[in-house]
Amino acid sequence: MHVPVEWLRSVVELPAEVTTEEIADRLTMYDLKLEEIVGGGITGPLTVGRVLAVQPEEQKNGKTINWCRVDVGADRNEPSVPDAPGDDVPSRGIVCGAHNFGVGDLVVVSLPGTYLPELGFEIGSRKTYGHVSDGMICSTRELGLPDDETSAAGILVLAPGSAEPGDDAVAVLGLGDQTLDLEVNPDRAYALSLRGVGRDAALAFDVPFTDPAERPVPSADTPAYPVRVEDPEGCPVFTALVVSGVDPTAPTPGWMVRRITDAGMRSISLTVDVSNYVMLELGQPNHCYDRDRLQGDVVVRRARAGERLTTLDDVDRALTPEDLVIADDSGPIGLAGVMGGASTEISETSTSVVVEAAYWDPVTIFRAVKRHRLPSEAAKRYERGVDPELPLVGAARVAELLVELGGGTLEPGATVVGTAPRRAAVRVPVDLPARISGVPIAPEEAQRSFERNGCTVERDGDVFVVTPPSWRFDLNDPYDFVEEALRTAGYDQVPSVLPTPTGGRGLTRHQELRRRVGHVLAGAGLVEVTTLPFAGPADLDRLGIDADDVRRRQVLLANPLSTEEPGLTTTLLVGLLRAASLNVGRGHESVQVSEVGRVFLAREGAPEAPIYGTDRRPTPEELAALDAALPHQPFHAGWVLVGERERSGWDGAGRPVAWSDAVAVARRLADVLHVELTVEQAATAPFHQGRCAALVLDGTVVGHAGELHPTVLKEHGLPARSVAGEIDLDALLAASPAIGPRPAFSTYPVAKEDLAFVVDTSVTAESLRAALASAHPAVESVRLFDVYTGSPVPDGQKSLAFAVRLRAPDRTLKDTEIAEARAALVAAGEALGGTLR
Amino acid sequence: MSAPNSDYDPKQVAALGEDEVAQARDAALAAIEAAESLDALKAVRIAHTGDRSPLALANREIGALPPQARKDAGKRIGQARGAVNQALSARAATLEALEEERRLVEETVDVTLPTDREPVGARHPITTIQEHVADLFLAMGWEVAEGPEVEAEWLNFDALNLGPNHPARTMQDTFWVSPERAALVLRTHTSPVQARSMLTRTPPIYVVCPGRVYRTDEADATHMPVFHQVEGLAIDRGLSMAHLKGTLDHFAAAVYGPAVTTRFRPSYFPFTEPSAEVDLLCYVCHNEPGAVADCGTCRGEGWIEWGGCGVVNPRVLVACGVDPEEYSGFAFGMGLDRTITSRYDIADLRDLWDGDIRFTEPFGVGL
Ligand SMILES: [Zn+2]
Repeated sequence: MHVPVEWLRSVVELPAEVTTEEIADRLTMYDLKLEEIVGGGITGPLTVGRVLAVQPEEQKNGKTINWCRVDVGADRNEPSVPDAPGDDVPSRGIVCGAHNFGVGDLVVVSLPGTYLPELGFEIGSRKTYGHVSDGMICSTRELGLPDDETSAAGILVLAPGSAEPGDDAVAVLGLGDQTLDLEVNPDRAYALSLRGVGRDAALAFDVPFTDPAERPVPSADTPAYPVRVEDPEGCPVFTALVVSGVDPTAPTPGWMVRRITDAGMRSISLTVDVSNYVMLELGQPNHCYDRDRLQGDVVVRRARAGERLTTLDDVDRALTPEDLVIADDSGPIGLAGVMGGASTEISETSTSVVVEAAYWDPVTIFRAVKRHRLPSEAAKRYERGVDPELPLVGAARVAELLVELGGGTLEPGATVVGTAPRRAAVRVPVDLPARISGVPIAPEEAQRSFERNGCTVERDGDVFVVTPPSWRFDLNDPYDFVEEALRTAGYDQVPSVLPTPTGGRGLTRHQELRRRVGHVLAGAGLVEVTTLPFAGPADLDRLGIDADDVRRRQVLLANPLSTEEPGLTTTLLVGLLRAASLNVGRGHESVQVSEVGRVFLAREGAPEAPIYGTDRRPTPEELAALDAALPHQPFHAGWVLVGERERSGWDGAGRPVAWSDAVAVARRLADVLHVELTVEQAATAPFHQGRCAALVLDGTVVGHAGELHPTVLKEHGLPARSVAGEIDLDALLAASPAIGPRPAFSTYPVAKEDLAFVVDTSVTAESLRAALASAHPAVESVRLFDVYTGSPVPDGQKSLAFAVRLRAPDRTLKDTEIAEARAALVAAGEALGGTLR
Repeated sequence: MSAPNSDYDPKQVAALGEDEVAQARDAALAAIEAAESLDALKAVRIAHTGDRSPLALANREIGALPPQARKDAGKRIGQARGAVNQALSARAATLEALEEERRLVEETVDVTLPTDREPVGARHPITTIQEHVADLFLAMGWEVAEGPEVEAEWLNFDALNLGPNHPARTMQDTFWVSPERAALVLRTHTSPVQARSMLTRTPPIYVVCPGRVYRTDEADATHMPVFHQVEGLAIDRGLSMAHLKGTLDHFAAAVYGPAVTTRFRPSYFPFTEPSAEVDLLCYVCHNEPGAVADCGTCRGEGWIEWGGCGVVNPRVLVACGVDPEEYSGFAFGMGLDRTITSRYDIADLRDLWDGDIRFTEPFGVGL
């Protein structure tokens, strides 16, 4: 909301010494936050001048400049400027590049020493194009004025006779006026008007306020124009007045143009300007119809199926029976409270005007704006709530101005259909403001603040019975009045008291474990990234994910930002591979990144989420129904490794990343969570078919790791042999025991056996290791230390060498026991088709 | 019978004289002292203690002496040999130490060589600041609550006094899950976690909810469609705005240092009443005349918007099953991304999301 300070001061008796900044500060602490102060930055001798002579001079660059002699008033003229064109009378010589002015025109001159905020520097006398230019003739833009058709050409030319050379141009143009740009929260609809801001300013400074809405209204004994309201719920109050004989050529006075433009609207014509002016002044939107274009009675009703309306913005709109319209015999002529229609629009020839002002149901307007995607200044006010007592006042104010400025005549009578809804009284315990705000607000203080806001207050024992004023849509509940009382007492009065909870239980197990995972991933040399969780089919294609893969079950968005990414991601690898590509693209040879975050998997056949009322807590079953509608959104951990796992250096060659590095990350996570994770051979996108490990927990695959498929790497611009992994962290955390394994070890001597088996290549190392580990009770540990293929191992076979440690918990193993264990180990290897080497 | 003195050599017998033994000893000691290497010392050892050395020879003569002289000579020669052996081992130790020292000097390396072959991991500052804030509240006896990011419309809006026709709903540019009748949104704030906390816990409730939230903002230097919030909720008997102020003052001091100044400014949120914005006095210009106008940190305002807060609207309490006659509460919410960008002077929010490892690396595993 833009409020010209001069206008504000006209309704609030602010002391002259109160600066604009002080007003802004006070309003900010009164819930009308200052966005910025506009205007008022011009200093120095900005002066009205008359062009006495113009001498066009063509320059070498082909451009023509004008060398001018300008009269800037007796006080500011130089006695003589012999070099300038025309007679050498007292004046100034000024070079100007624009051409939309001539001899005799009144212009605005910034003499040396003038500061124009739009330029950001002080004008000086300077030598240019062979002359000394003693100032500058200003364009509208340089003066910070809005461009319009006449000024777009450049120099601002003032209307003849509107000023004299030597006049202070800041005063003439109202350039000293400052405007407050205030942020108005949606609950304070009344502050979308001078009236509302003025009232709050008066309260904030505790000074008298002149309510511009307090004015006589015409008698409604006879209607001014026949109006029927068929939908009183959508339109509780409708008023209309008629003004005839308006001079369509009458100009809008400068003061009004200035206030309208400072408030951020454009000046169009007197009738439109008056209409907007009253909306800005009182907060009452209104509409002016060309009476001669109206056909028959005006009716307020819902639209009929198939009806159409061309609105003032020249858009032809299909209407639905939900739309509340204003209609005449021709059909709809306006979308109620949102925008008028083109067929009855005021034109350059309109002389007779029907002024409409109404109180529309805010929800109806809100829905219409949403449905037609048609925000307007009127709708912005109506949907938040316009004072329902105001329509006739607003219409009368419009009529008054049309009579006064347009030479019109107010036709007798006034149409008033409906009455303003009565406001219910609210019971507010007298101690509530102090109790909830924590500020010792005495009941008397609270009462005074309610009354000064326009409430009527009665006291019923320990309770205030407060009836809010018609314009305060935000005062409905007892706590709403607490805010009002606190606003008056001052938010800065709230003391600082630290509450003392009775003691919490610390992090949950999952929260604690997720932190552990973060540390482990960093400890594994991975750099954590956070990536945007959006993805599309093309991203999944790039990963080579099949159509029937669970990761195709994306949660799609109704309004995605990009058609490329219509939904949420189902795998962290989309973001991680993007991040890896970005890093490689920025010149990093080695990139090792990880992320912990949610992925989103749509549940097939999930029910719609119910919408409940808010007057009670939903039942446990109702709450369960909400959760049942949600997609699956588990935390995952993902990692991508590119380049060298260990860099090359002066003390050795680098070690390129390998599939095993990706699997090692998963194993390390499982270890620190004390989870039994097994690794199985798999072939899943986006991995290399032969180098993909399934990460298995209790028979369920919870993730994969391995080398990325060459096609995937190519698609992402990543070097060959890059690796990745992703695991369902929720599943991993759920399997993590509350108490980890007991540290148990034997102090008796160890016996070491190295055994190498030749097996078929199809026999996995893990299956053989597991067989050996369970081959005999004396086996303490089994560790693979070598894999060998090639002569003399036959083709299709490999040699796997294990270091086995044998030990008993309670005694030294006898030689016979060791021999027995060794035999059991050999037998276990042979059971998998192996032969001892 | 052999004559006892048949091969008696008077000269050698003479060598057993006191002077001669002393001379031999001194010669040995001098040679030991002069030995400059372990090899040289070995030669000295052979020359002065070996079988042919004067003292060894003299020792052999002892038996030939008359019993009376035998004792004296034995003592004299024994002492001399002892002194020589002691000097030998002392010299050997010295030379060994010197040789080791020399060898170590020869093994000198350039310790400024890089030691950067192991990969070094790091944690994202957004993660660590969430943990930092959580720890701060945990220390006060609060708990950390979490909830889904794809959330039911009712929990994201209705339960928080943002009914379907509430104008504030359009203020929050919401991502809707398709189809819209599914009534699911990407949560626009972490407030539904507060609602869930009230629905699943019994007062008193003190929870903070850090997490990712969504708005339909195109990514640019100052906006992202996804960002991070931390919200807090306290429900107890007798809580007021004063407890909110106390909590936020404590929170601000922990994040921005003890000198920080906060201010409440009236505002509007459907889920709180009264509502306030909490501002921080600009920690660069301190809103001081002269400095504030050109301050880039607060953009000339003197105060920095930190977050929104207020007393929980009783309508929210009712929808979430808390009796407003018995309990009151307060809630607050802050963006965490901006805390990071302003603290580390990061001009472009997208840096947090691009995944360039050079963004995360300097943070290491802390803030
Ligand atoms: Zn500042």
